[in-house]
Amino acid sequence: MMYDVAIIGAGVVGSAIARELSKYELSACVLEREEDVCCGTSKANSAIVHAGFDATPGTWKAKLNVRGNEMMEQLSKELDFPFVRNGSLVVRTKDQDISGLEELMKKGKENGVPGLRIIERKELLKMEPNLAEDVVDALYAPTGAIVCPFHLNIALAENACENGVEFLLNTEVTSIKKAAEDYELTILKKPVGAAAVAGKEPEQESIRAKVVVNAAGVYADVFNNMVSEEKLAITARKGEYMLLDKTAGNHVSHTIFQLPGKMGKGVLVTPTVHGNLLVGPTAIDVEDKEGINTTADGLSFLSEASARSVKNVPFRQVITSFAGLRAHEEKNDFVLGEAKGAEGFFNAAGIESPGLTSAPAIGQILAEQIANKLSLVKKENFKATRKGILRPETLSMEERNRLIKEQPAYGNIICRCEMITEGEILDAIHRPLGARSLDGVKRRTRAGMGRCQSGFCSPRTMEILEREVPMSIYDITKNGGKSSFVVGVNKGI
Amino acid sequence: MLKYDLVIVGGGPAGLAAAVSARDHGIESILIIERDKELGGILNQCIHNGFGLHTFKEELTGPEYAARFINQVMERKIEYKLNTMVMDISDEKVVTAMNREDGMFEIKAKAIILAMGCRERSRGALNIPGYRPAGIYSAGTAQRLVNMEGYMPGKRVVILGSGDIGLIMARRMTLEGAKVLVVAELMPYSGGLKRNIVQCLNDFDIPLKLSHTVVDIEGKERVSAVTIAQVGPNRKPIPGTEIRYECDTLLLSCGLLPENELSRSAGVELSPVTFGPVVNDSLETNIDGVFACGNVLHVHDLVDYVSQEAAVAGKNAADYIQNGKNTDAKAVEIIPEGGVRYTVPRYIRPTEMEDTVTVRFRVGEVYKNCQIVTYFDETPVLKRKRPVMAPGEMEQIILDKKKLQMFPMLSKITIKIEEA
Repeated sequence: MMYDVAIIGAGVVGSAIARELSKYELSACVLEREEDVCCGTSKANSAIVHAGFDATPGTWKAKLNVRGNEMMEQLSKELDFPFVRNGSLVVRTKDQDISGLEELMKKGKENGVPGLRIIERKELLKMEPNLAEDVVDALYAPTGAIVCPFHLNIALAENACENGVEFLLNTEVTSIKKAAEDYELTILKKPVGAAAVAGKEPEQESIRAKVVVNAAGVYADVFNNMVSEEKLAITARKGEYMLLDKTAGNHVSHTIFQLPGKMGKGVLVTPTVHGNLLVGPTAIDVEDKEGINTTADGLSFLSEASARSVKNVPFRQVITSFAGLRAHEEKNDFVLGEAKGAEGFFNAAGIESPGLTSAPAIGQILAEQIANKLSLVKKENFKATRKGILRPETLSMEERNRLIKEQPAYGNIICRCEMITEGEILDAIHRPLGARSLDGVKRRTRAGMGRCQSGFCSPRTMEILEREVPMSIYDITKNGGKSSFVVGVNKGI
Repeated sequence: MLKYDLVIVGGGPAGLAAAVSARDHGIESILIIERDKELGGILNQCIHNGFGLHTFKEELTGPEYAARFINQVMERKIEYKLNTMVMDISDEKVVTAMNREDGMFEIKAKAIILAMGCRERSRGALNIPGYRPAGIYSAGTAQRLVNMEGYMPGKRVVILGSGDIGLIMARRMTLEGAKVLVVAELMPYSGGLKRNIVQCLNDFDIPLKLSHTVVDIEGKERVSAVTIAQVGPNRKPIPGTEIRYECDTLLLSCGLLPENELSRSAGVELSPVTFGPVVNDSLETNIDGVFACGNVLHVHDLVDYVSQEAAVAGKNAADYIQNGKNTDAKAVEIIPEGGVRYTVPRYIRPTEMEDTVTVRFRVGEVYKNCQIVTYFDETPVLKRKRPVMAPGEMEQIILDKKKLQMFPMLSKITIKIEEA
């Protein structure tokens, strides 16, 4: 196969680039080793749209954070994903010096962050009654926001797909070679489910592309170093989180950061767009780029550290914990653009915080550079909008009953914690880049994301996948590969 | 808006027994709302025997036990809706429900019985560190897969928690060909019934490791190993005691939580100990005409007790519908002390109560050769010797109306564990 552009990685950055490129006449593909989009760093992070006061002025991080923040609201309307501008606070405790907050405000102003101001405790408590006793004041950033990272990533990918970008899932790139006019990529097509469990080897193929985009997250250094003379070094920096039930979702309404100090960078406490409460992250460099395990130390650190800014976080309401890996490049900035000594090879590397916020802006910049490179022309029939999965809970009872009359599946609750209907799950399966795994259904619909953590709905969701895709029960996985849910029939083992 | 005298939320053992009792006490207009495709609730996946020894004086399987009550509901032609989810209950006793055929609809009820049951505590709620691969199931999910769908969730199994479902599943998975390597229990005693430890673990040579917990889960796609470690008195793992088991499955049986999201949204007061509604002697919550019974009220060991409790709720709901409520009646609080964690009910109304009221509770740790002492104010009125009491086995005492009326100025009832 020959493409104009091959993008490695279907995370939020790869998908944002794909979507921007799909505005042009071209043939493009996204190569993703996992069974779905949004499976790496993009799925396990703070889900924050940062205001942009944290990055050093003049860096990519500083520029694209502010631009990404500006783009996000409009994008959330075009692509129909949840976004809430809840504002953020960086709180200072009485043992810390005011200069820290002032420094942040100064950087923020230089970066072009609007509306920053320092708020004293008295006013602060009206905004956030659960702040810790030692909090004296805070830097308020009204443009701080929260987003659903799954829906942002999936929306970008779906829209790119609808505009003609091909997504090759379960496809791992193992080598990239520069040829005279283009690149040759060796890929492995990975088996899923029963075949993977039985030990079937992946099939090797190769594709060619004029331009390769490296959006490979923690592995972006590996791909860059295959072709570029300027080497990158990316360390996986683990962040652990705890997610609390919706009953705890109102504990704070803004995103509460801690002013970095001698206790470290601190952890945040934030509501999510879905009404849960999120506490995290830790920051530990790890050797293993697959090391997304949580640790006893990490989880206990979170409960201790969060108490510095927010009191009485009801940790009994934790429903799950998880860890993600940040792609930390040693020069501490995003690496964007054509790689040195590798014409046609474009990096979107070192994308750590504020990567989620910056993703739409990164997509724009890379797409422009690539369009210039390949002299691409804009499509006339680009479809700029995408409709998300219908959430019946947003409808009135009359509208809901009309919908159920037309499509009775919307009257059938599958996930009782989140009240997700069969209709939503059918939509998640049958739309472009539809879900093929339980995690895929979960990220798209929230079925299984509630307080029972899929105990009740997983057998039902499996039944729906089996019937609708259709697929064998043994091929139904949690998240691809060998992650099958059942291993045989009774007495069959 | 539809109108019923009595709406029962949940068609499991509690809902069924409550419906039968309410009908037998004269209520014609009853609707049971069940979210699953058949009546019977979680009993339908409990295909092991041991149900009904108290109620029917014979040993039944879960589905057989459920069938006895389903038949009674059918004989009485009590209305029910299957595959129907209750979405909301208001404090005005308007129930909003939904299904494929009727869409979303509202029912105005004179009385409501909450009988939604409970759910299992998940891995996330336990904060077990490690990877999040496939192969981690709550024992009940595995039970459904094996007993109702016929699928095996794994071949080599570690079980955390010695709750009854975990013990039952240790035997069940073994009988279906899996190897159960160990059952680890955080506490120094089992959370399950003694008979289940004997019949499900000992008889199959499955080791039970008390004071142990899971400290790591390995496997990036599917579980590949689970490490357990001994815990000290503070329940924290003791370094150096780790044992690693290569396995593909971790089952969790670490406690059940009453499912009270609907109750909460209706404004029902919940107990921080049981997570179930706070009720009086008629099993009525703080909202007039809203009653609760079964595992939504507090988690039971035996379904027989659920049925008994539900019959009481059904009778009292019938009485409420027919005769209203004496809102002036004095309520005396039962105070749990000295090892008694909670009581159901929490309030007794001496003028309104039945001739006898069963008070159920659990103790906080294992007690040997002790007695349960009931005080009316400072007077010990009831002593019951118990050779062994454990948190895994529910205890009860029976309060007698005549005796209570001998204490007209009674201000509190205290139940505590004392040395015999």
